[in-house]
Amino acid sequence: MPYALVSPYFILFAAFGLFPLAFTLYYSLYDYDLAGTTEWAGLDNYAALLADDDFWRAVVNTVAMFLIATVPQMLLALFLANALNKRFRFRLAIRMSVLLPLVTSVVAVAVVFTQLYARDWGLVNWILGAFGVENTNWRAERVPSWIAIATMVDWRWTGYNAIIFLAGMQTIPRDLYEAAAIDGASRRRQFWQITLPMLRPTMIFVVLNSTIGGLTLFSEPTTFYNGNVDGGSQGQFQTVAMFIVKQGFREFDYGYAAAAAWLLFLLILIGAAINFLFVRRIGGTK
Amino acid sequence: MMISKRRGGLAVASALAAAALTVASCGSGSTPESSAPTSSAAAEPVTIRVQTFGGGTNFGYKNAITKWNAEHKDIQIKEEHLTDQFEQQYWPQMIQWLQAGNGAGDVVGIDEGGMGLAKAHPEWWADLKEHGLESRKADFPAWKWENGVAADGKLFGLGTDIGGMSICYRTDLFKKAGLATDREEVSALWPTWDEFMKVGQQFQAKVKDTKWADGTNTLYQVVLYQEAAKNGNVTYFDKDNNLIVDKNPAVRTGFDFASKMSQQGLTAKLRNFTDEWAAGTQKGAFATVGCPSWMLGVVSGNAGDAGAGKWDVASVPGGGGNWGGSWLAVPKQSKHPKEAAQVADYLTQAQTEASIFTDFGNMPSNTKAQQDPAVQGAKNEFFNDAPIGEIFAKSASSLQPVFLGVKHAQVKNAIESVIQGMDDGSVPYDKAWQQLVDDAVKAAG
Repeated sequence: MPYALVSPYFILFAAFGLFPLAFTLYYSLYDYDLAGTTEWAGLDNYAALLADDDFWRAVVNTVAMFLIATVPQMLLALFLANALNKRFRFRLAIRMSVLLPLVTSVVAVAVVFTQLYARDWGLVNWILGAFGVENTNWRAERVPSWIAIATMVDWRWTGYNAIIFLAGMQTIPRDLYEAAAIDGASRRRQFWQITLPMLRPTMIFVVLNSTIGGLTLFSEPTTFYNGNVDGGSQGQFQTVAMFIVKQGFREFDYGYAAAAAWLLFLLILIGAAINFLFVRRIGGTK
Repeated sequence: MMISKRRGGLAVASALAAAALTVASCGSGSTPESSAPTSSAAAEPVTIRVQTFGGGTNFGYKNAITKWNAEHKDIQIKEEHLTDQFEQQYWPQMIQWLQAGNGAGDVVGIDEGGMGLAKAHPEWWADLKEHGLESRKADFPAWKWENGVAADGKLFGLGTDIGGMSICYRTDLFKKAGLATDREEVSALWPTWDEFMKVGQQFQAKVKDTKWADGTNTLYQVVLYQEAAKNGNVTYFDKDNNLIVDKNPAVRTGFDFASKMSQQGLTAKLRNFTDEWAAGTQKGAFATVGCPSWMLGVVSGNAGDAGAGKWDVASVPGGGGNWGGSWLAVPKQSKHPKEAAQVADYLTQAQTEASIFTDFGNMPSNTKAQQDPAVQGAKNEFFNDAPIGEIFAKSASSLQPVFLGVKHAQVKNAIESVIQGMDDGSVPYDKAWQQLVDDAVKAAG
């Protein structure tokens, strides 16, 4: 009986998790043309990928966008959560409102940001122009395109992470702060010495989550270029996820795309491990 | 707007939410589903989904479909315009649907760039001969008809429009630059592409905030197709489907022209069929654009009513050419192949194609429509009453078909990405040709 009760999860996981994983692994070993033939290829797809400049460019883009987006996002979310963790009027409404960007459809976000970052009539260029900066082509230059997309990601996810940090902060026992206050610790000191260390488990969760989200980034950069997985004329902001879709569903080289998906999986494992080790040290004396 | 300080945060948040909802409701509905509204009348009407692509007014089916739907209670046509971009979005999606056996419409538009692959996959298509459409053969030039016949002899596609070539230009901006505005005089300004660039520099010297041309890609295509006619009517592949990008002088000539245009600063650096390009048409980012017949509808659709009368049509430098043109096919997966064939038949009839031309500008491939006096004498109101019948219909019968390979769509996108990259500064001019060849090889591989 208990097995029957827990089985829905395992059935769904097998259907939508395990099966695609195995299926992808299987086809990554074949030269599988979606509109043609299927032939055994062994590790050829992987070897070709490691020598493919386009793939590495996508890896660099993905990691760069992840860093540009995530570092400020974590800091911002942390300070936002700290600010929200106080007593003030309309607390609930304001706490809820930081989640608004998340419930907005990503297409809507992309439409707005695409116009903000338009080359000729965009608000961002207009503001920068007031400081004498020449119009930036946000879809053609590599680093500006990364920054533009990172702001889009941050707009959507900062509030979400802030709420999770906030929940973590509220589990910290009040008496720790009271004791610190009696000992004469300043607010700032309390934040660094109590809040941060006590938040570590939450932080590990948030950082792992962001790593997975950041390294599989797809919607924002795709919608930033007319829903096109090229990511700029020369793949300036094509992420690995976009590369996979392009290879699989535009070039119809399914085996190659499957191999790239497995390499992305490895990349995420490595990224997650690095972040885990890094976060474990935060505020830590242990 | 007055917002008291204390409530500011909440007000801003709710304003944002309202704005977000508005935008969201415009942006939804990108995936088409077949759940068409059906009336509860005794005879349930059959809904035929017609899938199309292209910018502006694209296939120009709006009026023709309204007319059909008013006259036929039993068969209703529903147009699904999927995207502006053929190679990058429409065609890959269509191939997936065709391969999966589900998702494609009952009638689907195919650009010339997809026909090589479509012909090689007869199993995707319903045989239109079974629905009596073999009889339409006399309506089309031989090449347009042959291209709709698959490798195994199955008739799967009927011709819609053909290219032709012209230059659309902004009379108001020409006036501002002190250039002639009358279409005859404008045509006389640029018998060759070199002169076209020279006039462009004169224009650029006078007008700063508008560029001479939209970008590199539209005019690259125009020159490529003109030159293809001089080089055996092939572009990226020879007739045995071997990649000849590095050997075909037509590609090099087109590339060199695009490179010169870009280096002289005559382009607005916009890639055709993107949102920014469409916005640029409306906001006067460029003064000229290469215009095959079907581009007239794209320009007028993108520019909107405010652009009416500001545009005109002049002849193209360097002689005629035939870029573009499409076919309609009925996928085998359609549940109503008989009705779908009827709709495809209707949309390619002389009368329908003639009215599409007079309403929107897409030049008929149907020879009877081409000879229709209404077509020959047609004027286009949006383009300052330009005599488009004279410009396009007269040369229509002499247009040559250009052969496009099975992988044309992929190679075209790879090449255009390099040419666009050269224009937007991400590919250095001196390295662009080598990269173009390399990327084409990769895309064809």
